Amino acid sequence: MIEVRNLTKRYGELTAIRDVSFSVARGEILGFLGPNGAGKTTTMRILTGYMPASAGTVTVDGFDVFENSFEVRRRIGYLPETPPLYTDMTVEGYLDFVARIKGVARMEIAGATERAMQTCGLLDVRHRLTGHLSKGYRQRVGLAQALIHDPPVLVLDEPTIGLDPRQIIEIRKLIRTLAGDRTVILSTHILPEVSQICEKVVILSSGRIALEERMDSLLKKGVSLEDVFLQAIAREEEHLEDGESTPEASAPAAEEAP
Amino acid sequence: MKNALAIAAREIRSYFVSPVAYVVLTGFLLLSGWFFFNLLARFTYLLQIYSGLQRGGGQELERLNLNEFVISPLLHNLSVVLVILIPVITMRSFAEEKRLGTFELLLTSPLRVGEIVAGKFLGALAFVTLMLALTGIYPILLVIYGNPEAGIMLSGYLGLFLVAASFLSIGLLTSSLTENQIIAAVSCLVALLLLYVINWPADTSTPTIGAVLHYLSVTEHFSEFVKGVIDTRALAYFLSVIAAALFLTHRSVESLRWR
Repeated sequence: MIEVRNLTKRYGELTAIRDVSFSVARGEILGFLGPNGAGKTTTMRILTGYMPASAGTVTVDGFDVFENSFEVRRRIGYLPETPPLYTDMTVEGYLDFVARIKGVARMEIAGATERAMQTCGLLDVRHRLTGHLSKGYRQRVGLAQALIHDPPVLVLDEPTIGLDPRQIIEIRKLIRTLAGDRTVILSTHILPEVSQICEKVVILSSGRIALEERMDSLLKKGVSLEDVFLQAIAREEEHLEDGESTPEASAPAAEEAP
Repeated sequence: MKNALAIAAREIRSYFVSPVAYVVLTGFLLLSGWFFFNLLARFTYLLQIYSGLQRGGGQELERLNLNEFVISPLLHNLSVVLVILIPVITMRSFAEEKRLGTFELLLTSPLRVGEIVAGKFLGALAFVTLMLALTGIYPILLVIYGNPEAGIMLSGYLGLFLVAASFLSIGLLTSSLTENQIIAAVSCLVALLLLYVINWPADTSTPTIGAVLHYLSVTEHFSEFVKGVIDTRALAYFLSVIAAALFLTHRSVESLRWR
């Protein structure tokens, strides 16, 4: 469903991500792990069409994100790190607006809004201003906004950040319900979140892929995600200290870490 | 088009849920009422004086008319008020979206940048049109109780509308360049004021530069409309200012992706 090939993004001197490649199969939930500043948000912004890459390609459902940006944007629901809410609108008014700009057919707007509110448990707050909502509710409105046009792909940038434990559990549950047969990419730096929700994990460290592995094969090997994560990051940092940019940096974590 | 209208509708709604719209509207109406009252008072005062005069009064009386003594200065005053208020109206448009993060929503939706810019422009234009329309009560009063020439008034209002539209497009441009609303407002105010007084050195500089400065001046083109002359040159001037500013806004929004 999603193919990322040799993606590189430079901001002037700074290289945010370097030669990132991974793929996500249809219906899979991918956990995107990495320390802060590893390039998770940059990768997500590129594949949602927010900004172009410096090099490399992304295809979503066969459409190139740069060449066929509109087709890709129609197929993706995106929740940025902070939910993009107009704080002076009611939940319902906001979702109605998002449905319009996402190209939901006029006749279906009311239905889509209603469905999104129901799925995300927003019916009680539909007339409240989004600016007056608690953080947990804002996150839910953000999710509702991402799925209002019923996209086959969801890209969620740290959906549980800054929430209290109860809200985290609720949002995770919600994500699992939403997933269904959708393809989901979810970034986080909470490891158990990945073990709980995801089927595949990609670890990004200092802008490079440190690991791409299915969760069940990790389980078969009997290694915990924590160990893999720490190893991958340690190895990546060593590479950086050597000043190397060898292609092994992006090799899967089959070999033992030094 | 449908997308642009959705954005325009949201824009209008957001004007009216924030106090900004009411403060701007009230301020504008208060000032325009004050101008109108004083101009009219002066007009009646002159009328009384001239009709009291024995000799030469007739000539002066003929020169007194509502268009020239009330409407024309009123419209000129309003255009100055627009210089100050338009930056306040447009400062939010893009700057606020960037601050809220909703800009990311717009740019990852299947929207063309042109639709975003057009929607913002139409929304702001609708608000300003309402603002100008509310001052229409004064010309209507004059028509009811006096005999001004309606054609000249209408052309004057068309001029004011074009001035407002040009100012708005410049305001959108400055707002698209920053995420700080104050910077957006101040740079817009400076640009508008400069455009307003750009012809000051025109008569003392070389003929070529003078001609260019005359042509760039908002005031001179606006005065034509106020006099009741709808000159295609003046029309072309305003339309090209709008087109150029909106085009630059489009480029500036598009360029945000590439940073």
